[in-house]
Amino acid sequence: MVSAAPVIAIENLNVRFGQQHVLRDISLSVPQGQTLAIIGESGCGKTVLLKTIIGLIRPQHGHVEFDGQRVDRLKERELAEQRTRFGFVFQNAALFDSMTVAENILFPLRQHRPKERKHHRKEMLQRLAEVGLPTSVLGKRPAELSGGMRKRVGLARALILKPEVLLYDEPTTGLDPIVSDVINELMMRTRDTYPVTSIIVTHDMKLARKVADRVVMLYPLTRLEPEAEQTIFDGEPSETELSSDRRVTQFVRGEAGDRLSEMRGLEARNSNDE
Amino acid sequence: MSVGSEYRPSALPRRGLLGAVYNSFADLGGWVINAIETLGDMTLFAWRTVVWLFTRMPRRETLVSNMYQIGVLSLPVVALTGTFIGMVLAVQSFTQFRSFGLETQLGGVINKSMLRELGPVLAATMLAGRVGSAMAAELGTMRVTEQIDALSSMGANPIQYLVVPRFLSCLLLIPSLTVMAVFMGVVGGAGYCIFVLDIDIHHYTSNSNKFVENWDLFYGVTKSVFFGATIGLVSCYRGFHCEPGAEGVGSAATTAFVQSFVAIIVLDLFLSILLDTIYMAIWPTGPMLLGA
Repeated sequence: MVSAAPVIAIENLNVRFGQQHVLRDISLSVPQGQTLAIIGESGCGKTVLLKTIIGLIRPQHGHVEFDGQRVDRLKERELAEQRTRFGFVFQNAALFDSMTVAENILFPLRQHRPKERKHHRKEMLQRLAEVGLPTSVLGKRPAELSGGMRKRVGLARALILKPEVLLYDEPTTGLDPIVSDVINELMMRTRDTYPVTSIIVTHDMKLARKVADRVVMLYPLTRLEPEAEQTIFDGEPSETELSSDRRVTQFVRGEAGDRLSEMRGLEARNSNDE
Repeated sequence: MSVGSEYRPSALPRRGLLGAVYNSFADLGGWVINAIETLGDMTLFAWRTVVWLFTRMPRRETLVSNMYQIGVLSLPVVALTGTFIGMVLAVQSFTQFRSFGLETQLGGVINKSMLRELGPVLAATMLAGRVGSAMAAELGTMRVTEQIDALSSMGANPIQYLVVPRFLSCLLLIPSLTVMAVFMGVVGGAGYCIFVLDIDIHHYTSNSNKFVENWDLFYGVTKSVFFGATIGLVSCYRGFHCEPGAEGVGSAATTAFVQSFVAIIVLDLFLSILLDTIYMAIWPTGPMLLGA
């Protein structure tokens, strides 16, 4: 159920790393309950945007508001408190190598609800069942799991505190089509089970079409004119195919287009230099 | 934090002799700015660690596992090197001391050197090599694989969770390692002098007792606490600011050792001056050297 009130509001966000400008004047609002997919080429700043939303990266200009509060103005303790309302599924799951699967899933509970220790195991088993993993994995280390299993453990860990917002960073990257579809199903099931707002960063158009209510496409600043808008598409997933912007349709269809001629030009220039 | 905003001198290098001079100054300036920036960043990192140390104690199991890794597993290597350093000291000093007929005084020199200098520096060097670089590599890998970001995203503070237990373990266990290095050095030196160099055991021990004071033990252990804190902070800082990729992790581990070692040597000088000044203030007749 999508509510009109934005739970996340991004205003003129600018992020630089040294000389490199990654995000320029990004403005976006995400209503409660919406599933937003952020798509775009590698290096266009999708993951940076996700990390800026949760306050892992501080913007040079502009700000992110969560539930009416500016993330950049929060004190360390308040920010930590706010982060418990988020769940973050990292690209490679980012499970703690030194811990078992059980310890990984329980980590947020032990950190924030140590007094409810009695209920921890029950909660963990529930989340594990929701992501479709057997209890036999609980004693294993992340290195002993397959990529798909690690992602599922990552999702179980992100869900353990029952967050209001779920952030997914490339949830299906590096997985085979079947496991990717399992992850898509899990994301849909999570959306239906919990009243959660989701932001999914992905290259996977199948995922975006299947799971998202809305798609935003970012374009790499290195390929843009100085004044051009970085957000080149904002609409429903079905509208991406019909976009009048060639860059959008090219990405959605997975066509290299003029990139091949650029590559050939570069090859010719390099051989001339030699 | 200013990580990643490395200062880069002028984009366009100038040509010719004047250009070379200009570029050299620009490089030097860039290096100085980066060094000051890193020092400031490290100071902030140390400050945060100390604040967290007094705000919230680390969990018992995290602390115990770090103490085991840092302290218990370092004991054999520290003991072994301590023994050999004591014996090497005996070998090196014997010829000179014998030429003055002072070979029975060797115990005093070996024991005092072990207590005041070699014990703490040796234990710290071994700790920096064995533990410091491993900590930097471990934290560096966690940085590269986004595990540190994952910790932050779950509302945990990475400094409180990852740095404080390691820092505290280094701080608390290096005195024990130093005492072990000193003890083994003293035993090694005495064993070599008495059994190999055939120095009379009575004279050896009585001279050792005469020259070595409780202050020497305090001197060495005090130094070791500062060395431990330095190793913990430098290694964790390097791990936290690791560059991406396998090369970045390797470089973090190497830099952690090199910087810790340099810091130990520099600190050693200043701590020696400070502790000698304190000694002179308390006992103005001065430190007792070779019974003079």
